[in-house]
Amino acid sequence: MSDKKLYAIYDDDYVLLESAKHLVSKGIHIRDVFSPFPIHGIDPVIGLKRTRIAITAFIYGMIGVSLALTGMWYFMVQDWPMNIGGKPNFSLIDNIPAFVPVTFEFGVLCAAHGMSFTYLLRNWTLPGFKARNPYPSTTDNRFVMEIHPSDSGMTAEEIKAALNETYVLQIDEK
Amino acid sequence: MHKEAAIREPLILGDDVTYSKISDDVLATIEGKTTKGWKILMTIAAIVGLWGVGNILYLIGTGIGTWGLNKTVGWAWDITNFVWWVGIGHAGTLISAVLLLFRQKWRMAINRPAEAMTIFAVFMAGLFPMIHMGRIWMAYWVLPLPNEFGPMWVNFNSPLLWDVFAISTYLSVSLVFWYIGLIPDFATIRDRAKSPVPKLMYSLLSFGWTGNAKAWQRFEEVSLVLAGLATPLVFSVHSIVSMDFATSVIPGWHTTIFPPYFVAGAVFSGFAMVQTLMIIVRKVMHLEKYVTIKHIEYMNIIIIVTGSIVGVAYLTELFISWYSGVEYESYAFINRFSGPYAWAYWCMMTCNVISPHLFWWKKLRTNLAFTFIMSIVVNIGMWFERFVIIVTSVHRDYLPSSWSMFYPTWVDIGVFIGTLGLFSVFYLLFLRYFPVLALNELKTILKSSGEKYKNMSDEDFKKLHPVKK
Repeated sequence: MSDKKLYAIYDDDYVLLESAKHLVSKGIHIRDVFSPFPIHGIDPVIGLKRTRIAITAFIYGMIGVSLALTGMWYFMVQDWPMNIGGKPNFSLIDNIPAFVPVTFEFGVLCAAHGMSFTYLLRNWTLPGFKARNPYPSTTDNRFVMEIHPSDSGMTAEEIKAALNETYVLQIDEK
Repeated sequence: MHKEAAIREPLILGDDVTYSKISDDVLATIEGKTTKGWKILMTIAAIVGLWGVGNILYLIGTGIGTWGLNKTVGWAWDITNFVWWVGIGHAGTLISAVLLLFRQKWRMAINRPAEAMTIFAVFMAGLFPMIHMGRIWMAYWVLPLPNEFGPMWVNFNSPLLWDVFAISTYLSVSLVFWYIGLIPDFATIRDRAKSPVPKLMYSLLSFGWTGNAKAWQRFEEVSLVLAGLATPLVFSVHSIVSMDFATSVIPGWHTTIFPPYFVAGAVFSGFAMVQTLMIIVRKVMHLEKYVTIKHIEYMNIIIIVTGSIVGVAYLTELFISWYSGVEYESYAFINRFSGPYAWAYWCMMTCNVISPHLFWWKKLRTNLAFTFIMSIVVNIGMWFERFVIIVTSVHRDYLPSSWSMFYPTWVDIGVFIGTLGLFSVFYLLFLRYFPVLALNELKTILKSSGEKYKNMSDEDFKKLHPVKK
């Protein structure tokens, strides 16, 4: 009984959101929601914390910026300083305006790619991976809640009764 | 939750649009059979593209002496085409990134095709500096790689090297941004596919996308941050392209106005290209419900704004050349509008400065045929802008004995026409096998901007969406 999963299928994001609020008010924990597009406002209802992925972008960006500056200092100042158009290639500080564009570009490159790769890994989406959505139609026009009765210490029947108070299309037990 | 200012026109037309209808409409071309028209267009594009590849191979085999360049005019069509293609690319990023930051919902119907255009245009752009190197097999020399000459490093003070970093960052970041948005749409195709081969292909392309709440939360955050990164990136790219010219000491190139002027010009030409493509695509693929006249009008308004910025820049440049009192600077500009290339200058002026102002008339900017013609005119004008800047500034240098003219050879023409063909090949493949509109994003605005829901009262909306029994 305890490892049962309930899937409640809805045909509208608005109806699902309002139903989720109703279920949560009855103390039912919603494990996950599958939808064809982001349902705005669902995150606080089902207790999702804000993602920290933007912070990783900042960290990757800073790594890129420092790599670019270190690299250019090594190439242009340390290893082989050359007199090109009289530019101050003997000092990083004096020559830094000329290094701004590459520093910026490399920072953006690392931030964007680092964050995107982290995103793919955290979502567990990479080429060849299997999709884990319970119904194929959740990527088209169906909205599905996954509820584990044991999470809220209720029986499947109690939850089904609560679900039936909402305009649910279908309830599946797996 | 579904309310939006009533004064805004709906972005999705029709009373029968539902979530699944959006999928059906957008994916009709992928799930249907290949049409005859597509095959014919693809054949033409492939022939033109192959002709271009042949020209490029001939060019690489023989050397860039086969171009019409001479010792006075060392940059001509190659760099003109490079700047033109990069410029076209800018509209895609502007639509998907800048309009995302401004929360403009109308971007959702055009961001996907515009970004595809960006990526393919930047491919074409990147080709020109590579083949201009002459010995393309040494192209890796532009990268700071350890080597046997010291090691001797690339010059990080040079805008030409900044360009290497700018263009490659721009291309790869745009590609990532585009692909991250494509993943959920590929998943939709995967889950609808019936035959095994498409199912396998789209499973691989969709990376196993699941669409759970956390994934969508991350998706939105990643899109926002990528937009935030792509926005300064797109401005930096064309600024750096302009610095290829502006940091030189050639009269006519050595102007501080170049970066903003190039960026405005890029957006101007990019939107014109989006118009050219979208007016055909919406008609042929029956997407008039999603890419409405309002979308076309919005883009035309951007064309007026950026066209005006470009016009002001031309006139400022002209005035400053006189006001500076620098003889050579003045001559460069007098030569532009009255010298042997005056025809190109006036062609540019007419196409870019005068013609966009016809869009002040609402009748004209909401007319599809007129918009289509204008988009071609603007693209021609912007090509001439780059040609005028590049060639007229160098063809008469300080020594009158080395004054010369530039005449394109058949290789010059062949390579340019060829890139148009290659671009079309990529674009046609995109139209056939990729979700042309960001369908999952369109679904998010159906309730707020769809015609059916837009003017509904709250009571009617609640009646349609009953919650508790």
